[in-house]
Amino acid sequence: MQSTIPYLSLAIWVPIVFGIVVLAVGSDSKAKLARHLSLLGSLVSFLFTLPLVDQFDSAAHGMQFVEKSAWIERFNVFYHLGIDGLSLWFIPLTAFITFIVVIAGWEVIEKRVSQYMGAFLILSGVMIGVFCALDALLFYVFFEATLIPMFIIIGVWGGPRRVYAALKFFLYTLLGSLLMLVALLYLYAQSNGSFDIQTWHKLPLTLYGQILVFLAFLMAFAVKVPMWPVHTWLPDAHVEAPTGGSVVLAAIMLKLGGYGLLRFSLPIAPDASHYLSGMMIALSLVAVIYIGLVALVQADMKKLVAYSSIAHMGFVTLGFFLFGEMAVQGGLMQMISHGFVSGAMFLCIGVLYDRVHSREIASYGGVINTMPRFAALFVIFSLANAGLPGTSGFIGEFLVILGSVKYNFWIGLLAATALILGAAYSLWLVKRVVFGEVANDDVAALTDLTSREFFMLSVLAIAVLWMGVYPAPFTDAMQTSVTDLLQHVSISKIPQ
Amino acid sequence: MNELNLIPASAEIFLAIAIMAVLVAGLFVQEDSHPMSHRLSLLAIVVTGYIAISGFGAAGSSYTFNQMFVNDPMAMLLKLFACTATFVTLIYSRQYVLIRGMLGGSLSGEFYVLALLTLLGQMIMISGNSFLIIYLGLELMSLSLYALVALRRDNPISTEAAMKYFVLGALASGFMLYGMSMLYGATGSLNLTQVAAAIAAGTASKTVLVLGLVFMVSGLAFKLGAAPFHMWAPDVYQGAPTSVTLLLGGAPKLAAFAICMRLLVEGMGALAADWQQMLVVMSVASLVIGNVTAIAQTNIKRMLAYSTISQMGFMLLGLASGVFAGSTAEATASAYSASMFYTITYVLTTLGSFATIMLLSREGFEAEQLDDFKGLNQRSPWFAAYMMLLMLSLAGVPPMVGFYSKLSVLQAALEAGQVALVIFAVLMSLVGAFYYLRVIKVMYFDDAIDTAPISVPKDMQIVLSINGAATLVLGLLPSPLMSACLRAITQALAS
Repeated sequence: MQSTIPYLSLAIWVPIVFGIVVLAVGSDSKAKLARHLSLLGSLVSFLFTLPLVDQFDSAAHGMQFVEKSAWIERFNVFYHLGIDGLSLWFIPLTAFITFIVVIAGWEVIEKRVSQYMGAFLILSGVMIGVFCALDALLFYVFFEATLIPMFIIIGVWGGPRRVYAALKFFLYTLLGSLLMLVALLYLYAQSNGSFDIQTWHKLPLTLYGQILVFLAFLMAFAVKVPMWPVHTWLPDAHVEAPTGGSVVLAAIMLKLGGYGLLRFSLPIAPDASHYLSGMMIALSLVAVIYIGLVALVQADMKKLVAYSSIAHMGFVTLGFFLFGEMAVQGGLMQMISHGFVSGAMFLCIGVLYDRVHSREIASYGGVINTMPRFAALFVIFSLANAGLPGTSGFIGEFLVILGSVKYNFWIGLLAATALILGAAYSLWLVKRVVFGEVANDDVAALTDLTSREFFMLSVLAIAVLWMGVYPAPFTDAMQTSVTDLLQHVSISKIPQ
Repeated sequence: MNELNLIPASAEIFLAIAIMAVLVAGLFVQEDSHPMSHRLSLLAIVVTGYIAISGFGAAGSSYTFNQMFVNDPMAMLLKLFACTATFVTLIYSRQYVLIRGMLGGSLSGEFYVLALLTLLGQMIMISGNSFLIIYLGLELMSLSLYALVALRRDNPISTEAAMKYFVLGALASGFMLYGMSMLYGATGSLNLTQVAAAIAAGTASKTVLVLGLVFMVSGLAFKLGAAPFHMWAPDVYQGAPTSVTLLLGGAPKLAAFAICMRLLVEGMGALAADWQQMLVVMSVASLVIGNVTAIAQTNIKRMLAYSTISQMGFMLLGLASGVFAGSTAEATASAYSASMFYTITYVLTTLGSFATIMLLSREGFEAEQLDDFKGLNQRSPWFAAYMMLLMLSLAGVPPMVGFYSKLSVLQAALEAGQVALVIFAVLMSLVGAFYYLRVIKVMYFDDAIDTAPISVPKDMQIVLSINGAATLVLGLLPSPLMSACLRAITQALAS
């Protein structure tokens, strides 16, 4: 349905405009102005996304809040936006995480504050654009454009190996995307000159063509998700990025890949998706189990959470390729929950790092003695990471395991080991860092959370618990779109 | 006896008169900085550009000088951008040229005169419909450029670059002339329309035609800077004073594209199967050599020279995709217009990148090394941001305009069925992305070594801002320029 107020355009461009204004503030002598302006900007942007949730019609089929205008006539490209149940919740999630990240960087970032804040605001708008785009070229432009601010963020404010991590991140992701570009051009030719995603959903393609298109898209999305074995950029990028950068990377940017699989790979190449589902399930299980084991042996907290992100996203891709309603919904719920939980985990690690300047687990022990409030929140988030019922992490994992048992008992069994592994690394991390006796002088000197830190962590904790106890708003919104998608995917597109 | 119709050539005639005016005016100026020559040149370019583009909307092709000179929409558009490029270059160069002794004294205002002469040569090349006129324009441009490269007489590196450029350039022009003479021998005419008719009629000997074609393509490849005729580019780009590198690397590419279109597409379109193969080989070689060698460079001018080679490789890919089995007129036009759009956006981007190099150079100090860019974000965030936009555009990252130009060329190549070539080009783009990112990395992630303040004259600041912003704005709204290119090419092919 066509909307009168262009909510989606507002959701995209308001943060970008605020970002440019913050950039214009310029030097660090006006850092206070930059911070306050970006706080205002991120809050306003978040408020602009709320009408989307409020006015979304869960029962309606098709796209809502649609906006379409001509953009590049030469290639028949339109500025075409719209959301459905699959993309709805990612938009407020993105804006919310950006708001949290602005608060997180308040005191820590001292050099070039306006550029830091401006980059995050612009990144926020561009990421929302990825979730709303209904034109393949528009999607691609937004998808690629996210690389630029993140590259700068990792490279300027990151850790010791930040240059290596930033370049690896950029080039790895660019490689996948460039191959996707070839697929987009191929589909453009096949559809006689259209870049419209919904047209491509209905476009008949031979099995061979579908497999090629699927593999090309997979190159881009597998790197983004990330799937094993193209996941190696993620530990480096997450570890070296500043706290805010890690949060945005884990919470939102990984979801761009999962969303792409749902919006592009499955509906455009359904036969290929079925044909290659065995491979996708195998890769996902490897990510869940193997990467879970890798996470278990990490000595660096951020690297542990990074590997745990890969394992969680393995669950997501597993859910998608089981083609069951519960499984796909589980995957979507897992994506949103992981946004909150991993963001929160990285923020907690950031809190510790700001004080002790070490990410090594060995540097900590018995934090609960000096930082009880922090410990309580950290425990909540770790339990959510492990998938404890009552937290948001449980819903997604449970639905995916149910879906996989329905599909095949042994796959279900393997998937269920994720619960054990997740609990293992999350709880062991908590035990080593939080509980026990005070390990060293650094820990003894720790001060508990400031009100700013307490605010951002408790807001996230409320979100995690709310979603865990009352997931209905999320699942209700997704229901119709997931059913439609699965119905679409079940029909063969090969021309007879 | 035909009526001599001077209207289609009015821009060139005006420019020629203006050049003489600037030359004479320079004699009466006392100051070394020659402000009057500068302003007169700028004025001359503005008026020339205005005359050149007037009537673009409604125009068809008009011929004059006994069918040797054509003014069609493609010519108008390319001339407009050639004028813009030269205008921008003169503004960027003003301070640089003065400090380095290329103005004033015994040299008077000749820098400006020579620059305008290159523009005139380019305009004649763009409008040529006959072998001789194209060669005339080519030589006018080339000889002026040789002199410009050598203008800094006290610098041995510049003199060496000028020698290399002159010798190799003369050789290439000789190749092209030899090719043209063979084609004349085979087809019996110097006029491109008649040459095309003779080839299509099948009256010309195929061997002689192909032989002539090979020589001509070699000459063209040299002027473009495409491998394997690229060896002059790194040395000349590095050795020439940076303002002349700008003059070399900008507008002449537009003119070279124009003569490719005139000679290959309009003149020898019937031989497309032959020259397309050559262009494909050159394109692949350029992409590989340009991208891979650029990674090893520490001198940024040299790096940009190798990047130019790879960009030309991409451009040639578009030209090589015009004619294929089952091609429609639309597909052909879209392929060539993709190359045209690519060339135009490349020129706009290159101007800005060399301008930033000039910006960082001071008296007695050339900012040519990559290390001179270290920490530019700390010294001047605005210029770091412009350079970042320009580098990202060259790398082909959306939403900068470079992405759309790469997209157009890839789409044309894919439509021509060159899937392997497209995937190869895409992978080479990835390789290329590395050294562009390295410039951004150096500017943003490293600490500044050289902390001298950057003094920027006001006019340069304004134009550089517009230049940098243009890559972003054209990227957000590429449609008008793309449509203009398509219209221009369609009309050129139809006539």
